[in-house]
Amino acid sequence: MSTDKPVEYLKIEHVCKTFGKGESRSEVLRDISLDVAKGEYISIIGHSGCGKSTLLNIVAGLTDATSGYVFLEGREVHEPGPDRAVVFQNHSLLPWLTVYDNVRLAVDKIFSGKKTSAERHAWTLHNLELVHMTHAMKKRPGEISGGMKQRVGIARALAMSPKVLLLDEPFGALDALTRAHLQEEVMKIHAELGNTVLMITHDVDEAVLLSDRIVMMSNGPAAHIGDIREVALPRPRNRLELIADAEYIAARGAVLEFLHKKSHYVEAA
Amino acid sequence: MRARAVSFAAVTLPPVIMLALLGVLWELLCSSPTATLPPPSKVLTDTWELIVNPLYDNGGIDKGLFWHLYASLKRVGLGYLFASTIGIGLGVLIGSSKWAMRALDPLFQVLRTIPPLAWLPLSLAAFRDGQPSAIFVIFITAIWPIIINTAVGVRNIPEDYRNVSKVLRLNGFEYFIKVMLPAAAPYIFTGLRIGIGLSWLAIVAAEMLIGGVGIGFFIWDAWNSSLISDIILALVYVGIIGFLLDRLVAFSGKLIGRGTVNV
Repeated sequence: MSTDKPVEYLKIEHVCKTFGKGESRSEVLRDISLDVAKGEYISIIGHSGCGKSTLLNIVAGLTDATSGYVFLEGREVHEPGPDRAVVFQNHSLLPWLTVYDNVRLAVDKIFSGKKTSAERHAWTLHNLELVHMTHAMKKRPGEISGGMKQRVGIARALAMSPKVLLLDEPFGALDALTRAHLQEEVMKIHAELGNTVLMITHDVDEAVLLSDRIVMMSNGPAAHIGDIREVALPRPRNRLELIADAEYIAARGAVLEFLHKKSHYVEAA
Repeated sequence: MRARAVSFAAVTLPPVIMLALLGVLWELLCSSPTATLPPPSKVLTDTWELIVNPLYDNGGIDKGLFWHLYASLKRVGLGYLFASTIGIGLGVLIGSSKWAMRALDPLFQVLRTIPPLAWLPLSLAAFRDGQPSAIFVIFITAIWPIIINTAVGVRNIPEDYRNVSKVLRLNGFEYFIKVMLPAAAPYIFTGLRIGIGLSWLAIVAAEMLIGGVGIGFFIWDAWNSSLISDIILALVYVGIIGFLLDRLVAFSGKLIGRGTVNV
């Protein structure tokens, strides 16, 4: 998937972000530039509080950059939209809607006038099938487990047919087994649909397993991209076979070393 | 089957027994010839005509209790309808706009402390008629908790839901219908329940002053005619209807809130 010369698809250019003014001013991101090719799976890893979520929100258009730009297919991004669907950390499904209706809400909004009601219904079901959630589509979010909620969140994002899928620590709140299971499914979906993905994580194994490239952020304040590690592992990847793989071990080692040596801990944290 | 009957009895028996005990106590306390209030047995015989004939109508205010309660409910219904529509609207406004909140909230905080009846003379002066004045008093009584709770509900909509709406590019109206109202529904219905309770409290007092048909004036009229038993019967009806109104709002909250309103 990764290419030596990335075709310009998603482009983050000299993005800086400061919050507040005067005395309370704090610089969160300093001069972030990143090119993402179409179909590429990028992980952004860093210690908590390093501003990686802020970066994702800037790409999503939910937060404005203080300076710098984000381009998607050559067009500047400055507001949220369904072409950059977000899977939020805490799923953020609407609790009064069923699983089906949560996805259907997105489908109805985005494809109104472009698809008939029957097509929208079929598309909603198709995306629920992708994450294996059709069996619970009549349930409300309060009645299903955390992992299932996150699947529905992913289905909702996929249903928007986004150009870029933004995952904000999508598996952070899940137990290890559920997490592994969902990682497999995201890999499968990525292989099938060829989505371009930007994923925030603080899990080194997850980053190495899923990504084409891992973007390592230095600690804040004024976080910047410390290093980028390419993961030259063929797909499909199998987590058990990778345990002894030299490239896997090397990539894992490089990220760990960055996180624990090169990026200094914030003393106050 | 047996287990269900037992659990049914466990819920219904305690209040029934308590009621019977209180009735006996009341009977004992008010049976002496010097008692100022009638015992329950006397209340029942005195008011038997009113209980079995709620629908009689001899013209003027000489009507059965049904008509008095109906008149009061109509006033409450109208005033409450205005209060909930305008209250939810204003609540949404001050909940979603920082400037509307800064401008209106202090005003509301002062106005809401004014006792309902204090508005009555002013509204009589404005409307020059008892009927709209009573409706206005209900309106002004019920609106504050509705405004304040709606505003809190709207302000507490999780950032996540707003972000989802932004990513989906929901327009203002879609956001209002599909996200804001259901998300704030638990708070809105809390306000609506407090509102209906206060309305029913205020109507009796307001009607005592404006006269005419209505349960409030019925009570006042009974006092003027020294029909103490009639007063007690009316109070029982007022209590039961107040309870039913509260249940009705709670029930519609459950229905409309689709599982998000816990009552």
